[in-house]
Amino acid sequence: MSEKIVRALTRSPLHIAIIAICLVWMLPSVGLLVSSFRPAVDVTNTGWWSVFQTPFKFTQFTLANYVEVITDQGMGRAFVNSLYITIPATVIPILIAAFAAYAFAWMKFRGRNILFIVVVGLLVVPLQMTLIPILRIYNRLGLSGSFLGIWLAHTGYGLPFAIYLFRNYFGGLPRDLFESAFIDGASRLKVFFKIVAPLSVPAIASIAIFQFLWVWNDLLVALIYLGGTADVAPMTLQVSNLVGYLGQDWHLLTAAAFVSMALPLAVFFALQRFFVRGILAGSVKG
Amino acid sequence: MSKRSFSHWLYVVPALVILAFFLVYPAVHTIVLSLGDKTGEGFAGFSNYRFAFTNRTMQSALRNNLLWVAVFTAGTVGLGLAMAVLLDRVKYERIAKAIIFLPMAVSFVGSGVIWKFVYSFRPASVAQTGLLNGIVVALGGQPIGWLIERPWINNFALIFVGIWIWTGFCMVVLSATYKGIPKSLLESARLDGATEWQVFWRITFPLMRSTIAVAATMMLITVLKIFDVVYVMTNGNFGTEVIANRMYKEMFQFKNFGRASAIAVVLLLAIIPVMIFNLKRFREQEAIR
Repeated sequence: MSEKIVRALTRSPLHIAIIAICLVWMLPSVGLLVSSFRPAVDVTNTGWWSVFQTPFKFTQFTLANYVEVITDQGMGRAFVNSLYITIPATVIPILIAAFAAYAFAWMKFRGRNILFIVVVGLLVVPLQMTLIPILRIYNRLGLSGSFLGIWLAHTGYGLPFAIYLFRNYFGGLPRDLFESAFIDGASRLKVFFKIVAPLSVPAIASIAIFQFLWVWNDLLVALIYLGGTADVAPMTLQVSNLVGYLGQDWHLLTAAAFVSMALPLAVFFALQRFFVRGILAGSVKG
Repeated sequence: MSKRSFSHWLYVVPALVILAFFLVYPAVHTIVLSLGDKTGEGFAGFSNYRFAFTNRTMQSALRNNLLWVAVFTAGTVGLGLAMAVLLDRVKYERIAKAIIFLPMAVSFVGSGVIWKFVYSFRPASVAQTGLLNGIVVALGGQPIGWLIERPWINNFALIFVGIWIWTGFCMVVLSATYKGIPKSLLESARLDGATEWQVFWRITFPLMRSTIAVAATMMLITVLKIFDVVYVMTNGNFGTEVIANRMYKEMFQFKNFGRASAIAVVLLLAIIPVMIFNLKRFREQEAIR
């Protein structure tokens, strides 16, 4: 028994260090969440931590901030726009990347490795560099301000990473599977849908989550190609507009920020397993 | 097989066309523009590059980016490694990992709001609503303008937000490798009387070296392009400018395409060596496959 106590005592610095870091990582978000439920007067006059002096006094909390940002401040509309942007901008690049990665992993052709290295090398191109040239062409084609334009743009920006991850994953599938299928006379397309896709559900899921979060959380691409009009603006754009003109109205800003975070947080918690696996596929093999 | 010999292009071409349009063409176009004048019509030689290295704001941006590179990379990889090793020893590992990883799911705009609120600063005469100044005042200090005090406090305040976002990523990558190290190896060293510190530096660290290098290169590429955190929180004011934000300003505020493009090319040139290192690693891996 006393041995247990000694052990617990010698390990206490470990626990203290870990818990301290977890607190630092958590408290900023807790502050955001708590403030979003407080009335405007309280948010401006006292720190959010003062609610813990009377934690069970429920009258100090209100849903009014949420009602206001969703109806009057356009966050409801922005939520729908975000969905409308994000879903196609997740599905299209996954399809195109998976086909390309399949060829890079399992078809032999001249220049295959060079092409693949060029594709991965495109990861270095800073996004900001592409905005002006693309925007000029978009203006000429009438694609700026349209959802189609932003779907295609997100596809382009997402492809190098998605192809890289898929290529790594597909390359790790057992060779025998392919050889026996081809000997049986299966076409390449059939092998893709009957063998590669079903075996790659974890990779597809993890890339889907990555792309989903990236598009959902994107501000810059939407800002440039969609413009700031409220009928197409996604949530990130709306929140950053609110930061601009609500300034110090923290009760509304915190609520708006939390509305924009709700869906990605839900996706993250539901699919955390795949998310982690996806990162690993890209960095540590085996 | 002959029937199939060209069908592979059907699989690759859609991706190549899109990449050529959205990444290759703009990159080439930018290099051309970087040699042109403000509107992109006349030729300006290397004057935009001279600007990129001699202008005072640009020099401060280059300096700040260096500070970001050093502190952000060391912070994310170091803390990620520490968490990967330490969390392996406690029962609440899963919860702690989720907490540290969580900021990855939040947008930069969301993080910006979260941290602007933490750093919020009000005169000493009224109650503080920002967490950090709340603590400072409770301890008897004067409130600090975290995002205004240059050059150290505000830059470190911004870099810390970056570290807060990306540490979870490093932790997950490093933790997977750490769990792959046979525990018997570490145990036998401990039985031979090695201290935890020695076990870490003599066994764990050398075994994890290649993964640490991967995490560090990924963080380097991220930090060189760092934009959103600065854009949302200070927009480069008070001496917190970074290269990518400066490029954005030259382009969309000052409409100087020549200068903006030259800055973009400088950024590209800075990232390329890191990428070459990454590709070398890929080739080594392919050789094993």
